[in-house]
Amino acid sequence: MLLIECPWCGERDQTEFTCHGEAHIVRPKNPDELTDEQWGDYVFFRSNPKGLHKERWVHDHGCRRWFNVVRHTHTDIVYGSYKPGEPAPEVSEEALKGGKK
Amino acid sequence: MIMKKYSIFSLLRNSMSYHENWQKNWRSPDPKSEYDVIIVGGGGHGLATAYYLAKECGITNVAVIEKGWIGGGNTGRNTTIVRSNYLWDESAAIYEHAMKLWEGLSQELNYNVMFSQRGLLHLAHNVHDLQEIGRRGNAIHFNGIDSEFLTPAQVKEMVPLINLNCRYPVLGALLQRRGGNARHDAVAWGYARAADAMGVDIIQNCEVTGFNIENGVVKGVETTRGSIKGKKVGVVTAGHSGVMAEMAGFRLPIESFPLQAMVSEPLKPCINTVIMSGAVHVYISQSDKGELVVGAGSDNFVSYSQRGSFDMIDHIISPMVELFPFTSRLRMMRQWGGIVDVTIDRSPIVSKTPVENLYFNCGWGTGGFKCTPGSGHVFAHSLANGEMHPIAQPFSMNRFNTGALIDEGAAAAVAH
Ligand SMILES: Cc1cc2nc3c(=O)[nH]c(=O)nc-3n(C[C@H](O)[C@H](O)[C@H](O)COP(=O)(O)OP(=O)(O)OC[C@H]3O[C@@H](n4cnc5c(N)ncnc54)[C@H](O)[C@@H]3O)c2cc1C
Ligand SMILES: [Zn+2]
Repeated sequence: MLLIECPWCGERDQTEFTCHGEAHIVRPKNPDELTDEQWGDYVFFRSNPKGLHKERWVHDHGCRRWFNVVRHTHTDIVYGSYKPGEPAPEVSEEALKGGKK
Repeated sequence: MIMKKYSIFSLLRNSMSYHENWQKNWRSPDPKSEYDVIIVGGGGHGLATAYYLAKECGITNVAVIEKGWIGGGNTGRNTTIVRSNYLWDESAAIYEHAMKLWEGLSQELNYNVMFSQRGLLHLAHNVHDLQEIGRRGNAIHFNGIDSEFLTPAQVKEMVPLINLNCRYPVLGALLQRRGGNARHDAVAWGYARAADAMGVDIIQNCEVTGFNIENGVVKGVETTRGSIKGKKVGVVTAGHSGVMAEMAGFRLPIESFPLQAMVSEPLKPCINTVIMSGAVHVYISQSDKGELVVGAGSDNFVSYSQRGSFDMIDHIISPMVELFPFTSRLRMMRQWGGIVDVTIDRSPIVSKTPVENLYFNCGWGTGGFKCTPGSGHVFAHSLANGEMHPIAQPFSMNRFNTGALIDEGAAAAVAH
């Protein structure tokens, strides 16, 4: 079980949150000009990395606000949270390999 | 090496020498420099592919490259439920194809995969569930596959220990009598042994670390034991498919989640069928050793940790105790996780890729064990012919661009 830090409420048990997948997927500004391929890519295809992952979480059983988390998907170590629009926190060389915070 | 058949006589003969002289199930060869087909991933699906390539397509210069031990991935971690009661025609075609192969598999492989058609119940707990099993049950009939609707009383008759009046009462069920279980390890080992006997090289403890791609055509793989040339490469790596796709330079419509399961201490026979419930979300069967095998949903965040979340244990156990109050004092013995490769429509990807001669068979997610024979069979034919087998065609990764999804959200809502 993970400890997730809500930028507004602080660290809470993961069960208060749900994860909504890869962050920073931008909705295309020109939907009617996209090919089927580009649409498919936007809607369905994901990076699914074994490594650092920026992902969206929502604090359902708390303030109900959305934010982003940086986590390593192999070790599950969480390297920090940031509000929408904020830059992602810098992570160390070690973090890239899934090592300690 | 000539495979010595298992029989009552071989059992007697080997008992004379205290069972110390049984033939090894497969060799451990060094990789050759080149193969006609390289299969990446020695789970059930990869091994079945190699077997059918050798058996039905006459292609025996094949390697199965496995980074750990064969069957150590989801094949050896799943709750072994086998069924073919899916909603759509495309799914019915592939899962029923697998079911028919299961029905003769132990004989065909000369290896007891302990396939047991003990029946499988999908419980309905609300009006919506009843409508879902009604719709799906009728669709299954149209595809000529067995399924029956049961009243609560009929459910009770089949499963006397069930508590129908639990918090979400049981209102009915969909039964597939030909569904059941098989022994997961035996499936991997049986295919491996039979493939090896036809000349397939099974190379364990060898990780594929990259693909050699020239002008958009795959030429082989890089591994921890050097580079190996291959005319065609089939990737069958389940949870790690996204990682493999990245190595080949494209993305997949897949996310990898941990899914866990657990077994109880052994009990006397008490549940002689498979029980699944999407609404309260649990599935239960009893292994031949007597353990109750239970599982439920996956974690909903991408992870390769091969461990399920702690809170999921509660989600698995509470519906089990509701449905079967006698389990409330049962001790659970082991708990484990696997990494499942989930697509948005809960249907697999058996497909060509943007790289020529590179094929992927993945996206089986929480429910691919049941299709091991069918998936291997159609994938082998596709690799051999260079054209996807008709049963595999709808499962192309292109469907996520064309919109021709095969939505099995309801039939596969329970992770199984
Ligand atoms: C807890 C749990 C319960 C489940 N219950 C059921 C069920 O009841 N019924 C059902 O039908 N399905 C079930 N499933 C799903 C089922 O287990 C899978 O869909 C199926 O076993 C996938 O088989 P596979 O051969 O494709 O994958 P795996 O058995 O996972 O094989 C893939 C192999 O690829 C190897 N590999 C990965 N990367 C590399 C690399 N770079 N180089 C070399 N090798 C590599 C891995 O080590 C692994 O052995 C369950 C899964 C889990 C985790
Ligand atoms: Zn909050």
